[in-house]
Amino acid sequence: MLNTLIQPPQPNMYRYDEFDAQFVSDRVNQFSGQVARRLSGELTEDQFKPLRLMNGLYLQLHAYMLRIAVPYGTLSSKQMRKLAHLARTYDKGFGHFTTRTNLQLNWIKLVDVPQILRELASVEMHCIQTSGNCVRNVTADQFAGATDEEIEDPRPLAEIIRQWSSLHPEFVFLARKFKIAVGATEKDRAALQWHDMAVQVVKNAEGRTGYLVMAGGGMGRTPYVAHVMNEFVEREDILAYLEAVLRVYNQDSRRDNIHKQRIKILINTIGPEEMRRRVAREFDELKRMGTLQLPKEELDRITAYFKAPDFETGLSDEMPEAGPDFANWVKTNTHKHKAKGYAIATITLKTPGQVPGDATSEQMETIADLMDQYSLGEVRVTHEQNLVLPHVRKKDLPAIYARLKELDFASPNSGLITDIIACPGLDYCDLANARSIPIAQKIALKFADLDRQHQIGELKIKISGCINACGHHHAGHIGILGVDKKGVEFYQLLLGGSGAEDASIGTIMGPGFGEHEIADAVERVINVYLAERRGGERFLDTYRRIGMEKFKAAAYQEAAAA
Amino acid sequence: MTKLIKSGAYAQDTYARVADDAVLPEGPVLVSLARFQKERDALLARNTPVGVRLQSSDNPETLGADVHHFALIALEFPKFRDGRAFSWARMLRTRLGYTGEIRAVGDFLYDQVNYQHRVGFDAWEVPDHFTIEMFNWALTEMTNVYQPSTDGRTTIRQLRAATRKP
Repeated sequence: MLNTLIQPPQPNMYRYDEFDAQFVSDRVNQFSGQVARRLSGELTEDQFKPLRLMNGLYLQLHAYMLRIAVPYGTLSSKQMRKLAHLARTYDKGFGHFTTRTNLQLNWIKLVDVPQILRELASVEMHCIQTSGNCVRNVTADQFAGATDEEIEDPRPLAEIIRQWSSLHPEFVFLARKFKIAVGATEKDRAALQWHDMAVQVVKNAEGRTGYLVMAGGGMGRTPYVAHVMNEFVEREDILAYLEAVLRVYNQDSRRDNIHKQRIKILINTIGPEEMRRRVAREFDELKRMGTLQLPKEELDRITAYFKAPDFETGLSDEMPEAGPDFANWVKTNTHKHKAKGYAIATITLKTPGQVPGDATSEQMETIADLMDQYSLGEVRVTHEQNLVLPHVRKKDLPAIYARLKELDFASPNSGLITDIIACPGLDYCDLANARSIPIAQKIALKFADLDRQHQIGELKIKISGCINACGHHHAGHIGILGVDKKGVEFYQLLLGGSGAEDASIGTIMGPGFGEHEIADAVERVINVYLAERRGGERFLDTYRRIGMEKFKAAAYQEAAAA
Repeated sequence: MTKLIKSGAYAQDTYARVADDAVLPEGPVLVSLARFQKERDALLARNTPVGVRLQSSDNPETLGADVHHFALIALEFPKFRDGRAFSWARMLRTRLGYTGEIRAVGDFLYDQVNYQHRVGFDAWEVPDHFTIEMFNWALTEMTNVYQPSTDGRTTIRQLRAATRKP
């Protein structure tokens, strides 16, 4: 089908100019030199480590892993095909979409990395700062530019932040990693409050658009939800404000204990009030200097790249009928689009039994075809490890659904109990204490029955294989944390977390469950919810109303009896 | 052995590094912040240049107005992962208006020299194998930069604006 398309549609997204292209190309050469110095022995592994991490290259349990940046989760079909090609050529034919909306290749050879980077550069992609103690890939609401809920598309700001934070001379050796997210809706799909720093597009009392900035959220062993740093920063001041926050962090953060070096620890030690005072001082100075002011012309210029596509007019807003399975999928996996006759469609990479977030090269290529045919050449990666076709005509949905079914990516489970976030865990990761993937698979298969999933309704399970919390367990309605007890994997349950606008930190229920008990324990917790819920309560609402006790009693009572 | 690179060339280090409990020699001296604070008046009364060596945890603001008495401020990298000195150099050049030598000392990598240069360092105490060619290469690996910084380099945004003008 693709053969009939001479030129795939070029989506309205940022495109490199000569300066961006030169920058990425220079960076590829620079990193190639670092790889050569490592291979020759000039650099020790200890010296090479922070350099390779700044370029997204990890040494995992079995091989090097390369993390490719997908800035604010936006990909063109050309880029998706390149990722498929790289996975096939340099890896085992699949990749893993992460909670930072990046793509990880798990089985990479060090000598191949320079060539992979050159291929990425050819489609305007890179691995800059996808790891290391620096500003990481900026993430955004996956419905940006497509939803009618937003004040404006937040991606132009995300792109401006990407450029400003790329090899920032003052901030590439921070105390710890630093994650930034942007959003522009009341409803939070980007887990803003869980970020080191987040920017929300808002309007002030006079109706002027600006930015609310928060900082100090984070997961790991000491979870915190972010504090508001400034309710309203004027548009032209935003980079000065973000730089001020980073400057205070770089100067004042502890450096003596790796577990206490995130900005969340600094802010919660000195208090948000003192943090705001210190930031304000730097901010005032930066504003006076004026070098970081963002001129309107520059914002307009970047915004123009993300211009809304010319949506077809005169389309019917009716949802086509194509049987009950399709209707189920529409119910969970599509979202209202701002243009009449269009929808936003979520492709969950979570068919029960599947590894959450994994896609094969063939699947990526078919999705690239779908992007070209039905979604103006564009896809989004979500922090929940799914993909989104942002601009599809409702009348095309049955055809899309049929193709997704062939791919085994048509599960109508977006936001349901089997739409599980899971980190790679001990199957891949050097840091992990326990496996995450098999637990996710086990739980998904236990709840695979669709009627039951829909009966349970919105429920976010998030699984991490260690305290670092890459699987966002603190933010799960039900969180699962893998721990190691004398060489045996155990799984702690947490209840009541949220990564949405009602952000909250999950509470640990008690001692962990064994590998073979955890899925049953989750089921008993769900049964308590189904018995206790009132009206249209979600699991999270019921938990917040009745508290831990009944859930805990059920989870452990029967575990003891078993 | 180490050597000094300054203004893009090898330079003679004229400062004697003096331990906190050692007798001050004749000529320019480089002392710790603690020693400076203890012997401030005596050090400034000597009619010879004084340099101070700051640890990465020493905020240069603590020097107050004394900052202008120094001809050299050495910023220590205790380990290359500790990036606080990037902010201290920037602060010295901007908020504190310091125009003397800022020297990078301690454990830093070739790969950090360009960032150091950008935020205001102008001298480097480097290991023997570190050549001027390497130094020059470090500064030119990346053709352009996105951020305005202390070095006043033209940013990519400014270059773009210039290409758009007729």
